[in-house]
Amino acid sequence: MKVLVPVKRVIDYNVKVRVKADGSGVDLANVKMSMNPFDEIAVEEAIRLKEAGKADEVIAVSIGVKQAQETLRTALAMGADRAILVVAAEDVHTDIEPLAVAKILAKVVEEEQPGIVLAGKQAIDNDMNATGQMLSALLGWSQGTFASELDIDGDTAKVTREVDGGLQTISVKMPAIVTVDLRLNEPRYASLPNIMKAKKKPMAEKTAADYGVDTTPRLEVVSTSEPAARAAGIMVGSVDELVEKLKEAGAV
Amino acid sequence: MAVLLLAEVTDGALALDATAKAVTAAAALGDVTVLAAGASAAAAGAEAAKIAGVSRVLVAEDPSLGHRLAEPTAALIVSLAGDYEHIVAPATTDAKNVLPRVAALLDVMVISDVTAVVDGSTFERPIYAGNAIQTVKSSDTKKVISFRTATFDAAGDGGSATVETIGAAENPGLSEWVEDKVAASDRPELTSAGVVVSGGRGVGSEEDFKLIEGLADKLGAAVGASRAAVDSGYAPNDWQVGQTGKVVAPDLYIAIGISGAIQHLAGMKDSKVIVAINKDEEAPIFQVADFGLVADLFTAVPELSEKLG
Ligand SMILES: Cc1cc2nc3c(=O)[nH]c(=O)nc-3n(C[C@H](O)[C@H](O)[C@H](O)COP(=O)(O)OP(=O)(O)OC[C@H]3O[C@@H](n4cnc5c(N)ncnc54)[C@H](O)[C@@H]3O)c2cc1C
Ligand SMILES: Cc1cc2nc3c(=O)[nH]c(=O)nc-3n(C[C@H](O)[C@H](O)[C@H](O)COP(=O)(O)OP(=O)(O)OC[C@H]3O[C@@H](n4cnc5c(N)ncnc54)[C@H](O)[C@@H]3O)c2cc1C
Repeated sequence: MKVLVPVKRVIDYNVKVRVKADGSGVDLANVKMSMNPFDEIAVEEAIRLKEAGKADEVIAVSIGVKQAQETLRTALAMGADRAILVVAAEDVHTDIEPLAVAKILAKVVEEEQPGIVLAGKQAIDNDMNATGQMLSALLGWSQGTFASELDIDGDTAKVTREVDGGLQTISVKMPAIVTVDLRLNEPRYASLPNIMKAKKKPMAEKTAADYGVDTTPRLEVVSTSEPAARAAGIMVGSVDELVEKLKEAGAV
Repeated sequence: MAVLLLAEVTDGALALDATAKAVTAAAALGDVTVLAAGASAAAAGAEAAKIAGVSRVLVAEDPSLGHRLAEPTAALIVSLAGDYEHIVAPATTDAKNVLPRVAALLDVMVISDVTAVVDGSTFERPIYAGNAIQTVKSSDTKKVISFRTATFDAAGDGGSATVETIGAAENPGLSEWVEDKVAASDRPELTSAGVVVSGGRGVGSEEDFKLIEGLADKLGAAVGASRAAVDSGYAPNDWQVGQTGKVVAPDLYIAIGISGAIQHLAGMKDSKVIVAINKDEEAPIFQVADFGLVADLFTAVPELSEKLG
């Protein structure tokens, strides 16, 4: 079975984002970019499936600017076997919407015929939480979202999902799309020898046009602004003072 | 313009708060029809009919809709979509599971976690863990939207919508429910509680998390946790507050032994009053706190519990 893992290049989660003064978006020039943290977990899970003998090939795919090849190299260094880069934008500030990403991924799935797609539950830049579900709709496949446990057994997979009420376990028919949550596993670091080896692993380069997908956005970004700042607070010296302040503020 | 709103129904019961908040947001878009779907949903539908601002309720009862599996629920919504320009829901994990599937089947984008309605096609939503607010304008003929409940007030009662029963769509039969693990609790629900007391890694153990729970019970509060506390096994996953957990905006949020990473702040910084207790005076949580106390939580929390009692 092949495993397909879509990985997104996003601003590193430790970077404090800055909104551009003209309100046109977030400043992404010269900031540290990394693999979306959820996607690292998806790559890790795919590699573990291979190590457990349940998968024989792990393919990472990224859609975006050319620089996304760095993200794919990271996936290869972690242990993915090969990568597909789909160039769909030239400017680092162009983001491709989940619907368009899902349409491209659907074509990649058609070509590669994976038994499972492991995606992140959300990308930490746009927090849309949509791509996996959309892909599964386009393919008519089953979906297991927000997975904190995954157990593949032949034609079905058991997926334990993190939901508002706690945990829900469902059984999905394979092939399936599974989107991963933070507690599924702890991703490994790529070792230096593996980083060197990754440079020799195959990376195919395509464009959105190769797949005949129109990536014109459906949502126009009208403006981007800073959230309202909170008024500065005060430090209190003791529990007594805290209780007094809370009573004054009518909070207790 | 007509709006179809997917009510939050769990095991036959309506999540009134989440649904009523979404009704407030949806009412700005047009005439609101609520869809109550489930293995049993009639009672939930009857309750939704009383929410002010709801004009019609559709009740769909079918075993396939029992556990809000994405595929049959999405199929049902798509079968109804023709009559509506907006298809909306509160931004719960159920809705986030279902709505993007609906949107893709309709060939439109989904707009997640909307915090404000500018007009029928223009919406505000937070991005980058709430560090920026984006205004987006949709060019799609249908808009599929989830509303972040923390930013809307719940619609009141006094409505008297008509209730109709409808059938389910064909179940694609792609997935089956196995089990739920839900801890029963007498505490208020995290996303609708007036007071939330949260503990972080600083609490140190599941055992000591009882301190947090004790203070919460004194205040009639819900209990929250940081990701680090959940990952370490001190607290269950459904208590996690933050970018990838729940977003809360209570009147009072007390953060104990939590450093204040942006991913945590994303879930609580719109709370009215924020209290932080941390032994490190440099902890970033103090930057968003209205009242900060530099103290060891193991002495401060018992004292606070006692003095608030
Ligand atoms: C700077 C900036 C500029 C923008 N400009 C525009 C604009 O001009 N027009 C516009 O309409 N919208 C724009 N947007 C908004 C944007 O298009 C969507 O809101 C965004 O794509 C939401 O999805 P997400 O990335 O959060 O995906 P999610 O659905 O949250 O991602 C979930 C998972 O899907 C997979 N995935 C997602 N994207 C990719 C990818 N590219 N490659 C591989 N795997 C992927 C990953 O596994 C990921 O973990 C912009 C956003 C930003 C931040
Ligand atoms: C993709 C992604 C998504 C994430 N989503 C979330 C999310 O949704 N929610 C979330 O919370 N985090 C999230 N995180 C994790 C986040 O980055 C932080 O790691 C996490 O919030 C830290 O939790 P913490 O504050 O409890 O722990 P720490 O950062 O370790 O802080 C513990 C604090 O306790 C204090 N302390 C220790 N002992 C005591 C004592 N005796 N008395 C008083 N104070 C004490 C310390 O001074 C310290 O400030 C996410 C991370 C990533 C990468």
